[in-house]
Amino acid sequence: MKTYSEVFSGLRSQKRAAMIPFFVIGDPDFDVSLAVVETAIDAGADVLELGIPFSDPIADGPTIQRADIRAMNAGMNVGRALEFIRKVKAYRDIPIGLLMYYNLVSRYGASRFFSDFHQAGVNSVLVADLSIDDADEIVAPAASAGLDTVFMVTPNTAADRIGLIASRTTGFIYTVSVLGVTGSRESLSDAVEGLVGRLKQLTDVPVCVGFGISKPEHAAAVAEAGADGVIIGSKIVSLIENNLNDEEKMLADISTFLTEVKAAIGNAAHPRG
Amino acid sequence: MKYKGRFGDYGGFYVPEVLIPALEELEEAFYRFHEDEGFVAELAQLFRDYAGRPSPLYHAKRFSEHVGFKVYLKREDLLHGGAHKVNNTLGQGLLARHMGKTRLIAETGAGQHGLATAMIGALFGMQTKIFMGVTDVERQSVNVHKMRLCGAEVIGVEGGTGTLKDAINDALRYWTAHVGDTFYLFGTAGGPHPYPVIVKHFQSCIGTEARRQCLDQIGRLPDMVVACVGGGSNAIGIFSGFMDDRDVRLVGVEAGGEGLSTGRHAATLVAGQVGILHGAKVYLLQDEHGQVCDTESISAGLDYPGVGPEHCWLKDTGRAEYAAADDEDVLDAFELLTRTEGILPALESSHALAYICSLKGKLGPEQVVVVNLSGRGDKDVSIVESHRPVQQ
Ligand SMILES: Cc1ncc(COP(=O)(O)O)c(C=O)c1O
Repeated sequence: MKTYSEVFSGLRSQKRAAMIPFFVIGDPDFDVSLAVVETAIDAGADVLELGIPFSDPIADGPTIQRADIRAMNAGMNVGRALEFIRKVKAYRDIPIGLLMYYNLVSRYGASRFFSDFHQAGVNSVLVADLSIDDADEIVAPAASAGLDTVFMVTPNTAADRIGLIASRTTGFIYTVSVLGVTGSRESLSDAVEGLVGRLKQLTDVPVCVGFGISKPEHAAAVAEAGADGVIIGSKIVSLIENNLNDEEKMLADISTFLTEVKAAIGNAAHPRG
Repeated sequence: MKYKGRFGDYGGFYVPEVLIPALEELEEAFYRFHEDEGFVAELAQLFRDYAGRPSPLYHAKRFSEHVGFKVYLKREDLLHGGAHKVNNTLGQGLLARHMGKTRLIAETGAGQHGLATAMIGALFGMQTKIFMGVTDVERQSVNVHKMRLCGAEVIGVEGGTGTLKDAINDALRYWTAHVGDTFYLFGTAGGPHPYPVIVKHFQSCIGTEARRQCLDQIGRLPDMVVACVGGGSNAIGIFSGFMDDRDVRLVGVEAGGEGLSTGRHAATLVAGQVGILHGAKVYLLQDEHGQVCDTESISAGLDYPGVGPEHCWLKDTGRAEYAAADDEDVLDAFELLTRTEGILPALESSHALAYICSLKGKLGPEQVVVVNLSGRGDKDVSIVESHRPVQQ
């Protein structure tokens, strides 16, 4: 199974950032969602970030909330998410980061959750509503299941917390570029460059940036700021939502968009090696 | 964070990283001010002159005759705004002012907490936004209008079933984007630490007063204290006064909706399983996959699938007991208090009264039960009318 360190060290030697699209598993239904993810892989995704839908996603804006509802209405749940991951891994051996809310993990049982998803082919788990203060609840079971940890850093995270977060992260730091929930934004936050720079001074752990990145030029700017990866969520989810009645156009739009993003990242002057 | 905010294993602060600095700032400010002499004096004066504290303890004799034991009502319904909620909004509002915050946000179900926040927004000259599910906006329209009259902006939340849970979701999302200048005035003794501690602190005046009033007026402590439980703020407020009086039974009453067997209810402590919602590990109404359930109750203020963490712990330790009252029994109790005493109770508080009615024949005539009458029922008149048209 391909690891994060293989992907990120490979990309560092090419001086390129990873393109990491985010999808809600099962949006708008199992089969179309799988076709969407395969399209993203074909368009050059380096890593996938996949979310399990939840009834009360407090860190998500309206676009991903609606995706969660579509997926849940189509029958997605934790058990079917495992089956989905297996199908993705059968298509391509690509690292997968899982993103979900704590109640789904806790209900399933943390140890069983981590080991089942690791066996299905997941590389890491990010629990959106579990901060570093309670990391003990997941770090040990995740590690013994063979999973990497991913934690978030936001523009208002204090320096001593960043140190703590970096020390407990084995996968990558999920850097949130704005104060706020997920959602497409017209312009990139001007906090990105400073934040990435600060993190890069503090840690060697890969730093990926997400929330609000919705244009190829945003992705390029994030790569130029020195990030190891660019996570694009709501914008892609909106391409699903805008084409619910036309699967062919949905896949074509996603492919076109990700191809542009990939090119923009490739042309960016990545400052690190 | 300085403290873990745990009641046994319950509680904590399960929130996205972005909210941690705001919770830390709130915790620090609360512990800095809550025993500060100036702060305490200012709050005491507002309690007395603005809210109308202390609230009376009233022996409801005709109601008592009906059930066969002595029922005393803690009259939080007589406070300004018509519910216990003002205790908490004055306390947190004052805290917000001491912290230099200029904007308030709050969630609301029945609209009582929204109204109590809007009042304090007007009082302190702070911009106020209230998040309220669209179902609740419709069924509690009188309160919506009052909030707007106080100058608050009421934001209808479409998500989920348009009730309290969805209002909290959107208030948290809004707070995430505006943590710098905005104070989230949380309405119940739930949510992430430090809210359960803060809300209990400001609501504990109910229990402190009630205990003293029992000793002054009856000459002894009650046998039982009963309160309705939505998130649990009025209940923890009155329970706190009697916590160390081991002979006083504490009973919380949840919304049984259409009946526990129908699955259409909001009886979290009675029928839920431990999970994580809105920043705390608590009993939760959820399905086998961990998705949070839709709830059902005639009273918007109890229509919530979670509950405060301290109540979870009180349940497990057995210090408090929890029961559920069905909508029909709640309406009966509403009618009984209205007809026997001329007091219109809130539908939320009527849950506590319905439990009292279920004790008929089980307690002796000298036994004393204190009920927290958490709010008045003016806001619910049209709901009651639609279920039980008055026959002339
Ligand atoms: C009158 C009244 N009582 C009780 C409640 C329930 O809240 P809590 O359980 O926090 O007291 C509400 C909530 O809106 C209310 O308006």
